[in-house]
Order: sequence, then structure tokens, then C-alpha cells
Amino acid sequence: MTLYAWALGLCLAAALVALLPTRAPAVLRPTGAPAAGGAVAERVRAATPTVGAITVVGGAVTAAAGALAAVAGVRAMLGHGWSAWLPDLLPLGGVRLALDPLGGLFTAVTGGVTVCAAIHGIGSGPARATRVVVPLFVAALLLVPAADGVGAFLFGWELMAMTSLLLVLAEHRERPSVRKAALWYAVMTHLGLVTILCGLCYLAAGAVGDGFDQLRVAELSPAARNVIFLTTLAGFAAKAGIVPLHVWLPRAYPAAPGHVSPLMSGAMVNMGVYGVVRVGLDLLRGGPVWWWWIVLALGALSALYGVLHAAMATDLKRLLGYSSTENMGLVLIGVGAAGFFAADGAGPLAALALTAALLHVVNHAAFKTLLFQAAGSVQRATGTRDLDALGGLRTRMPYTTALFAIGALCASALPPGNGFVSEWLLLQSLIHALPASGVAGAVTMPLAVGAIALTAGLAVATFVKAFGVGFLARPRGPGAERAAESPRTAIYGMALAAAACLFLALNPTLVLPALTEAVTEVIPAGRPVTGEVTLRLTTITGSISPILIALALAGAMVAVPALVGAVATRRVRRAARLWDCGAGPVSARMEYTATSFAEPLQRVFVDALQPESAIDVTAVKESAYLVRRVRFRARVPDRVERRLYEPVLAAAVRLGTGARRLADGSVHRYLSYGFYALTGVLIVLAVIS
Amino acid sequence: MVLQLLVVAAGAPLLVGLMRQIRARLEGRAGAGVRQPWRDLRKLVRKEAIAPHGTGWLFRAAPPLLAGTTLVVAAAVPLVTADSPLDGVADLFAVAALLALGSVALALGGLDTGTAFGGMGASREMTVLALVEPTILLAVFALSIRVGTTDLGAIVIATASSPLSLISPVSLLAAVALAVVTIAESGRIPVDNPSTHLELTMIHEAMILEYAGPDLALIEWASAMRLTVMLGLFAGLFAPFGIATAGAGPIALLVAVVAFAVKVALLGGVLAAGEVFMAKLRLFRIPELLAGSFLMALLAVAASFFLA
Amino acid sequence: MAEPPLERAKSPGVPELAGSVQIRHVDAGSCNGCEVEIASVFGPVYDAERYGARLVASPRHADALLVTGPVTRNMEMALRRTYEAVPEPRRVIALGDCARDCGVFAGAYGVAGAVGDVVPVDVEVPGCPPPPEAIIEALRGMTGR
Ligand code: SF4
Repeated sequence: MTLYAWALGLCLAAALVALLPTRAPAVLRPTGAPAAGGAVAERVRAATPTVGAITVVGGAVTAAAGALAAVAGVRAMLGHGWSAWLPDLLPLGGVRLALDPLGGLFTAVTGGVTVCAAIHGIGSGPARATRVVVPLFVAALLLVPAADGVGAFLFGWELMAMTSLLLVLAEHRERPSVRKAALWYAVMTHLGLVTILCGLCYLAAGAVGDGFDQLRVAELSPAARNVIFLTTLAGFAAKAGIVPLHVWLPRAYPAAPGHVSPLMSGAMVNMGVYGVVRVGLDLLRGGPVWWWWIVLALGALSALYGVLHAAMATDLKRLLGYSSTENMGLVLIGVGAAGFFAADGAGPLAALALTAALLHVVNHAAFKTLLFQAAGSVQRATGTRDLDALGGLRTRMPYTTALFAIGALCASALPPGNGFVSEWLLLQSLIHALPASGVAGAVTMPLAVGAIALTAGLAVATFVKAFGVGFLARPRGPGAERAAESPRTAIYGMALAAAACLFLALNPTLVLPALTEAVTEVIPAGRPVTGEVTLRLTTITGSISPILIALALAGAMVAVPALVGAVATRRVRRAARLWDCGAGPVSARMEYTATSFAEPLQRVFVDALQPESAIDVTAVKESAYLVRRVRFRARVPDRVERRLYEPVLAAAVRLGTGARRLADGSVHRYLSYGFYALTGVLIVLAVIS
Repeated sequence: MVLQLLVVAAGAPLLVGLMRQIRARLEGRAGAGVRQPWRDLRKLVRKEAIAPHGTGWLFRAAPPLLAGTTLVVAAAVPLVTADSPLDGVADLFAVAALLALGSVALALGGLDTGTAFGGMGASREMTVLALVEPTILLAVFALSIRVGTTDLGAIVIATASSPLSLISPVSLLAAVALAVVTIAESGRIPVDNPSTHLELTMIHEAMILEYAGPDLALIEWASAMRLTVMLGLFAGLFAPFGIATAGAGPIALLVAVVAFAVKVALLGGVLAAGEVFMAKLRLFRIPELLAGSFLMALLAVAASFFLA
Repeated sequence: MAEPPLERAKSPGVPELAGSVQIRHVDAGSCNGCEVEIASVFGPVYDAERYGARLVASPRHADALLVTGPVTRNMEMALRRTYEAVPEPRRVIALGDCARDCGVFAGAYGVAGAVGDVVPVDVEVPGCPPPPEAIIEALRGMTGR
């Protein structure tokens, strides 16, 4: 409790620190001509802190807040939860706060991400507005999982939406594309808020108060529960970037400053999952099977759609954004399966599926924080996020490259990465569902496994592309050519996230007991996973030991070169030209780019992706047969956006232009509108009563 | 397990030699002899390694990583004995993922050179991998339903104790799907031609064009082991006869080694003979083949439910 | 159909290669007569593979270069670079009269010289084109089988 309060307080303090006036840059004056009052001005100037100092202090305070929040969250998961009611803080119900294991988990994740992002942000010299808003954003992120009443929850949610919107807008002066991204984000996030607001208020209307405890015991008709679940699901899905509500995500991440996108993708999207679990499994205490089919189907769709677009993307942050959609999809598959099993009466399986989903939330937060930080560093160093124009960063940014490699390994769900562990758990829970669940399960589960499997394969290709094309080989653009290693704080931030990834990858058995507390809170079915070195499933036979696999791999990696070294006779490695077929030299233009790397996959999935390409041939003036220039353009548009959003937007625009005719500037007409409206209402009321 | 590792490590090049010999005989040639791959390896480690300009630690780390993942897999899979100390450490998913990790290492090594061929090979390998992965997982799913676990040793022991369960549509469909996948993963015709000289048709070879000497030896050895392990796994899943169980005596182990060698040699022979009479598929027809195997695996899962 | 070799090669071969020679073929400007003979050397009738020789795609994988034709000016640099790309120990076989001393192309304006003028040659196989037996003999001299 005190820890949590301190964390919130530190966030506010960090925001206040950033508001302090800063020292103006020293003005060069011709010597020998001291201006009147110069001495006083000089003393004032010396007393005000520099921008650098404020950034350092603000970042450090935010990081401390994150650390405290992480500790508070972990303590809550270990059973030291608390609750508080501050009746005077907000009108109506007041503010109810509580930290139970489930909320504690999300608080801890947010705290961890905050520490990394805040440390990273110190060196990147963020603008003043960003410095002020980031701590507030963190405070909002901490508020949502700790809310114990509808009022506090919605307040935190709206604060989170507003502050993140400001952060997305932060660099609108430098890049005009940011404004459009922010517009998309603003609309999507607030539509989501509206649906959540409606759903939760409907729920609260059926209960005696707005506290979660009161909502849990509310007596509602099945129809009302359906409406509540579906409306809140829509809102939470929009926050989690679930297809078809994901459109803001690949836009907003590239637009946000370097150290903000880790916060958004590592901490904020999780809140969507939190909402679904809290409302669906906790407040509404599960529901009919078809709810969870919808969740599962949305998850599978998002996983596939997200990873396909990530595999095609050439913009590094866009790629990572789509990958967030993919991972949130995997999490929702787990949540959906958990709800499905719980509704089916298979408690232990449900607990396993939910454990897998929550572990994946933690893992995703860890590696995505790392990857987004690295992407931010790359963008700062090279001025571009286009993988086609990157390359060759291995020699120029060695630390960033190595750290990105760790993140990419984890994100591609290969051992010994952390993503592998949670996907393994998820697959186990689905595979063993078959005998238990009837025909419905027999149709759903194989498809879900197929979707996860296809996602896993494509994720490998995606991250080989991101790492291999972006960081290895030689630079393909001037930005990559001039790149230099990122500032030290950025490396520390990334190293911290990488350490978390490795810890989660090797010792999931240390994390899982705490995690099961959060699971048993909503699905009381005992511990699904046990073991210290080896991860053992309790209700079904299945075990794996990430740390032993890693050790075996490491042993083999040491033994094999030693063996070769023992039998080899020539020890010296000769440096030589690249084999260029004798014609050379090999230039960077001959390298495979991200586009060419993804081309075979694009061909395979041509029906799903529907890529567009255009060839313009410009002929010389004299003859149409002599070509002067050929331009080739190819892009993979977002189909959902094209088919679903553009018609709606076009209709809205048409409606708007049509409605403009109603408002032609004539005051008489406006007065008559008022008159007719009033009369209309009166007539209607008269008829009704 | 040590015995199994040794058998795989020593036997894998012999398997490749045997397959080349069978091909040569069917093409009317005398062939270089079964031991030729070992001679090649001996020579390669005596040659110098080369560090092409512009390549770095990843280029160097890729061959040991490939060999390392393969060794771990060879230790974890029940080939000779179902009683591996790595049992319970790695199951079928982990094995599939470890094999994928090896491919990834090689693809990154190819990308690190920055040559067009390296990138081309990496891109194609990843495409094939992305399509192979789902099939493997679904086939595993189908096979594990009967036994109730994805633990490899358990599956093999269960099948060996009731061989009649093999004669079912589930096993048949899963076997066909896994066969296609095995061919694709080990880079054999019709997916990839291991003896091509034309860079534009290469998948696996294109990634390793820059490797020389001991590095190349490691890659060739690891590739041979991967082929052996996959054929052995296939044999173990669908013909688990002779595999030693826990606490088996030396005679049982000897029988197991012989049975393993015979099974793998037989499968390798069939594969080699098939290659002589078949042409490589066009690169962009390969996804159709793999999609077919994916469907087969999905049907296997569905069948396993409705027949269970 | 070729039979397994009856007797061992007369020469002990290159000891470091120990019965395995991977060959990268370089056409430095040949009339393609020599290539026809090489093709038949690796075909079913002569089957050089039974002596441990194999053609490979990359010079990095090769132990020996099999160079045919006079070295034309366009191929001079390429030949030198190919030689550089082969890891030690490496050998060069000059195949055909053109490769040995420019043969019928001696003095032509596009010819830079014989193979020996560009890279060090270890084995020469005379003939225009050399008969497959002679090529086999040269290869066996390297593999020692
Ligand atoms: S030696 Fe004779 S066959 Fe060979 S390239 Fe020269 S001219 Fe042609």
C-alpha cells in the first residue's frame, strides 16, 4: 500500500520536476560590454537547472516509481494485497483502490517496463512536454489495474488514453505524419472508452454500488450479461490492438517518441487483456461458451493477421506494432481457451491456459520493451526506420545489435527464449483439451493449434528478417552508414530488459508460483504447473526444462568448436574478399532487403494479403519504344483498413458534406431548428404519456 | 544416451554416403563409396577457415550453433533408447523448435555475408520453415492424442507396446504429413536439390556458399546428423521396434543400434531412390506441397478425435 | 556402367586432401570443347566420382580449380579472384592445350595469356581437347585413389 502510494507520488513528482523552469542557453555577448543588470540575470541563470539535469532527475524519479510499483505488484501477487476507499477524491462513488494478485501482476509488469523506459529516456533528450506527460502516463497505467470500482477504473482508463494521446502527438512538429496517426489513435481509443463506459455503467446499474465487490454479486439477466461482455470486449480489444480494431497500432507506435513506444506496447496494450480477464472471468464470473469462442476466434485471427503483416512490413516499428497485435492475439487465444474450459467444467485445463496467457503477457512485455527501445535507438542513430535502408549496424552499434538479437530470439518463440516457454504452455493446454471437450472442442482446438503453429513459423521468419536485414551485412543507406552507438543510458535500459528476458526464459519456474496466485483468483483449480528446474504440468503429463535445454545447448556450443579445434591443423582464419563470382565488388545494392526477403512469403499468402504493385514506364520524347525510366512501386495495404474503415470514413465524410447544407449561416434557420426540435420533443412526450 | 549420440555422430556421414552411393548406382555410376563423406570431412577440417570481409561474430557462431542444436536434439530424441537423461527436459515441441533454431542460425550466417545469394538462401529457408513448422506441430498433436502427452519417449513406448494402433488413418495421415516435412526440412528433392550447382535454384546451399574448411565441415556434418535424426525420429514414431527401454542390457542396446541403423538406412535408401526418379519442384510450387501436408496433418487430428 | 576402380592410383595423390578433391571448374575462355569432355568425365561412363573427385558450386568449398581455355582479358581478374577465394591447400589444373600455352588462340588480341601466367599451375593436361582418360588420370593423381 505505502509502496504503491509512493510510486504514484513519485510519478507526480517527476511530472512536477519536468515543469521547473530551465536555464536558457548562455547568450554570447561581446566582451567588455556587460549589460545593465547582467550580474543579477547571471545569478538567476546559474540557479535554474539545465535541461540535462532535469531530464536526469525526472527520469531517475520515474524509474524509481516504476521499481516501487513493481515491488508493490509482486508483493500483491505473493498475498500482501490491500484495498482502500477514498470517498472524497471523486464525486459519486469516490475512489476505490485495491491490489489483488491479478492487478498486482499487471502493476508489476507496468513497473518493470517503466524502469527500462525511464532509464532509456534519460539519454534521448526528450522534449519538455514528453518529460511532463510520461510520468503521468505511468501513473495512469498504475491506476488502472489497481482500480477497485467503476469510477476509479474509468478515470484511470481515460487518463491513460489522454496522456498516451499527448505522447503520440509529441513529435508532430518534426514529422507531419504524426498528426494523422494521432487522429486515428484518438478516435479509436475514445470509441473504445465509450463502449467500456457503457458496458461498465450498465453493469454498475444492476448492482448496489460501483465497487467491484458489489459488481461480483450483482444479479443480472443473461441478456444483460451478454450485452455487458460484448460491449466491454470491444473496448478492451481496441486497446489490445486486436483485429479488426488494430488499425491505430501500427500508426501510433512509429509516431511515438523512442522511449514511449516501449511503454505503450509493453504496458498499455496489456490493459486490454486485463480488462477482458477482469470483467469476463472475474466480475461476470465466466459466461456461456460462445463468449469465449468469440475471444478465441478474435485471438487466432489477430495472431495470424498480425504476424502476416509483420512479416511483410519494412518499417521496423510498424513491424513491431503488428507483432504486438500478434502476441496479444496469442494471449487472447489463451484467455478464450481458459474461459471455454472453465465454462466446460475443465478447471485445471482452464487454469493452465490462463497461466500460459498471463505468462505470455509478462514475456511479451519484456521482449517488446527491449525491441522497441532498440528500434528507438536505431531511429535516433540513423534517422530512419526503414529496414530496406538500414543494415550494417553490427559494427556501428554493437551493443544495440547484440541486445536486439536477444529480443528477436525471444520474440520468435525459439528456445532458449522466453516466448518459447509461454507458447509451449499454451500449446499444451490446447492439445490436451481434445478428449475433454466435445465436438465443438474437436473443431476449435486443432484450428487454434494450427493458427498458433503458423504464427510461430511466420514469427521466426519475421524476426530473422528484422534482425538479419536490419542489423547484419552492410549499410544500404546514408543513415545506417553514419550510425553511432546509442547513449549509455539507452544501453542500460535495454540491458535491463534483456536481463529480464533471460531470467524469464531460464527460470520460468520461479515466476510461475506468483503467477498462479493471479490465476487461482479467477479460476480456483489448484496449481497447474510445478517444478523447480523442470517445468511439470500437474494434471497432464508434460514437462520441459528451459534451463537444462539452455545448458545443454551451451555445452554443445563449447564442445563442438573445441572438438574441431583439436582436429584442425590450420588454426589461422584467413581474411578474404567476399566471393563475388570473380566479377565484384559486391555492393550494398545487391543485398537482400526486407522487401525481397519477404517476397516469397508474400507470394505464398497472396490471397490473404492482396499486395499492390504499380509499374510506371516513362518513354523518351522522341519515341514511345525507348524507355527513359521505369518506376516500380509495391506495397501491402492493410486489408481490414481498406475494406472496413475506408467505406465507413467515406460515408462519414459524405454525410458531413451533406449536413453542411443544413447549416448555411442563416440565423432564422437555426432558430427554426430549435423551435421544431422543441415542438417535436413535446409532441413525442405527449404521445408517450 | 552417449551411445546414441555416438551412433548418430558417426553414422550420419555414412548415411549420406550410402544415399549418394544408391543414387550413383541407380544412375549407372560406380559411386565414391559409403565412406566418402567422412573423407570429405577429414579433409575439410584440415583446410583453413576463411573470414570474408564484412562478416562478424554471427557468421562464425552459426556453424557451431547449428551443430550444437543438432547434438542436443540427437540426445533428446528416442532413436536407440527411449530412456534419455534429457527425457522430460525436451519434448517434441522443443525438438521441433531446436531444429528451427539451427536453421535460423544458418540463415543469419547467410544474411551476415551481405551477398545476394546468402540473402536469397536465407529468405527461402525461412519461407519453407514458416510453412513446415505448423505441419510438424499438428502432426505431433495428432500423435500425442492417443498417448495423452507430447513426451517423445512416452509416445514411442506406447506405440511399441501396442503396434496395432499404428494401423489407423491417424497414423497414416500423420506419417504422410511428417514425411513431406522431413524431406523439406532436410533439403532433399523435390524441395531442394542438395547437389545443385545453380545458385538460383538453391535453398540450403545458397546460405553456405561463403563457408570454407572447418566451418563447412561442421555444417555438412550437422546437416547429415539432422537428416539422420529426422529419419530416425520418423522411424521411431511409426516403427518403434527394437528401441531399448529403461534398464536394457548391453544385448538389447546392441539390437537397438542395429535396428536403428537398418531402419534409417532403409528410409534413406527409399529417399535416395525416389530422388533419382523425381525432379525438383519449382520454388513457388513448394508451398502447395507443404500446404497439402498441412491439410493432411489437420485431417489426422480431426480423425484422431472422431475415431477415438 | 562404370565399375569400382580395380587398382589403386599410381601416384600417392596430395596427402593433405586424402582421397577427397572438390573441384571448381573455371572456363577462362574455352571453346567449350574441353567442357564436353569434363561433362563425360563425371558421367556414367568414366565416373570420376568413384575416385573421390566431385564438382562443387563455390570456390570456398573447393580444393582445386579446373581451368580450361586461354585466359581472356575479361576473365583474367576473375580467375585470379577465384584462386584467391579457394582456401589453402589449393591446387590448379590447367586443362587442354589452350590452358597450357594458349593453343590455337596464341597471340589473339583478346587473350591475356596461358593459365600459368595468371595463377600458379600444379598439373597440366595436354590435348585439344584432352581425352577423358587423361583427365581422369590427372584427377587420380590428386586424390590418390
Ligand atoms: S584446348 Fe581445344 S577444346 Fe579445349 S578449349 Fe582449347 S581449343 Fe577448345
